[in-house]
Amino acid sequence: MNDTMIQTTGLTRHFTVKKDVVEAVRGLDLHVAEGELVALLGPNGAGKSTTLRMLTTLIPPTSGTATVAGYDVVDQQREVRRVIGYIGQGNGAAHAQRGRDELVSQGRAYGMSGRDAKARADELVASLDLAAVADRPVSSLSGGQKRRLDIAMGLIHAPRLLFLDEPSTGLDPQNRANLQEHILKLRADHGTTIVLTTHYLDEADAMAERVIVVDHGTVIADDTPAGLKAEHAGDLITLGFASGADAARAAQRLGALDGAAVSSDGVQVEVRAQGGPRLVPGILRDLDAAGIAVESTTVNRPTLDDVFLNLTGRSLREGVVTTSTEEVAA
Amino acid sequence: MSSTTMITDTVTVFSRELRPVLRDPFSVVFSMIQPLVFLGLFAPLLPEVEGGSALQWFVPGIVVMSCLFSTSFTGSNLLFEIQTGAHERMLVTPLRRPALIVGRALKEIVPMIVQTLIIVLVCVPFGFDLHILGVLAGVAILAVMAVGLGALSYTLALASKNTEWLFWTVQQTVLFPLLLLAGILLPVDDGPGWLRALSSANPLTYVVDAERALFNGEFPASTVLAAVVASVAVAALGLAVGTRAMRRSS
Repeated sequence: MNDTMIQTTGLTRHFTVKKDVVEAVRGLDLHVAEGELVALLGPNGAGKSTTLRMLTTLIPPTSGTATVAGYDVVDQQREVRRVIGYIGQGNGAAHAQRGRDELVSQGRAYGMSGRDAKARADELVASLDLAAVADRPVSSLSGGQKRRLDIAMGLIHAPRLLFLDEPSTGLDPQNRANLQEHILKLRADHGTTIVLTTHYLDEADAMAERVIVVDHGTVIADDTPAGLKAEHAGDLITLGFASGADAARAAQRLGALDGAAVSSDGVQVEVRAQGGPRLVPGILRDLDAAGIAVESTTVNRPTLDDVFLNLTGRSLREGVVTTSTEEVAA
Repeated sequence: MSSTTMITDTVTVFSRELRPVLRDPFSVVFSMIQPLVFLGLFAPLLPEVEGGSALQWFVPGIVVMSCLFSTSFTGSNLLFEIQTGAHERMLVTPLRRPALIVGRALKEIVPMIVQTLIIVLVCVPFGFDLHILGVLAGVAILAVMAVGLGALSYTLALASKNTEWLFWTVQQTVLFPLLLLAGILLPVDDGPGWLRALSSANPLTYVVDAERALFNGEFPASTVLAAVVASVAVAALGLAVGTRAMRRSS
């Protein structure tokens, strides 16, 4: 399982928007081995989708090279297209068509016989719970049903490599969980290599063994979710005090802690440090000895958002402005 | 997995395009409402001509008009698929780019034949003389023109990818001058020189002239040849620019 599935070298893509050159992807070096499940995580505009569109032959790179399953994405487009499945951000099945018809013509596009395509379509309709809606116009399907149909479309030829561009955007939590389950099952059953983009932290956390954090068109971190959290963000210990004066004194004492970032805000003190749960008893004893009464304590494990914040100084969640207390964590 | 060819790819795209029409044949009739309205409300105003019904002159024009309407609209289906994501999905399959335009354009022939059949059958009871061989020849020429017009409409859709209004603006701006200059509703023979010059630059004019002769059971060689040349030229142009646009599509 150590064969290379994706290899990019200095992959770059510029767009010209009203005479301004936008560098969507800048010198991306990426290696994905066969059988991996990788999440590209980043905010909107980070270059995730542009990367995927280059790897799926939709757009050529401005410079740099990329091979998918050993085929060059520029010179061997048809070979690449045969090997990959792609589930884009939109709906793969046309709204005027019926789901089952689209599945069959998708199979035909990959050179399956009519009989094979029909059989495969029936199989996917059953396994993705689409039996009740497969013969209705696609336009009449719910968002979750359309998305499952998109997955079925992408799987018709049992691809070795599957790309998913923000697969669960616009789905409610239940449908999102359902979709993630289908993707994980696919991987477990067939060993499919999966590359997905997401800006949902929990999704990357729950599904991927490897998270590649992308920002401004370059890779800024690449590790397991646990590794990223251990490396780039500690646990967050929040202590509550009766008065601002107590909080200030506590913050001063805790500042002496090794490897901890301390900040205070009103009657609260936040300590960002590795191994938080094991630090708390010592902190409480120390403050007690100094005559500072702690009113409340919480310990939060780091999230990928903390990782992202640590790496970029910005929050991954759209529209969230970084507060001064959070910045101290960096 | 067996391999595909340009022909199997074209068949795949053609059958996919045709399927919604087969599933819902009534959609073809819907697109004909406008031509049928013209037929019902305009034909009675035509002066009687010597030696037969005015329908003999008017019906072939309406057949061309019906073909022009449905083929020029057809790009909007692709535009919608571009917006929803189905087109992008197809671009990632191994389907050859030219097949994506040729298969779609060839499908235009089918509704054209059905529409022609309906118009002719509706008009026979009102004194339209049916010349089967001539109608068949006329349909063959129109089929080539339909492929060309369809391909041009798809090209326009590809060019309007991020600006939907562009598709409708160009389609509406081009549609009616083409229609009027082809002499479909009124003859242009007695028009001023500049109008006749524009008319003779319109490929549809030659097709309409030939359709009128053919639907009347006449086979004037030079008129028919001019129509064949005009429709082959439009088809060649449409497929060439369409293929180019499809190759650049992402």
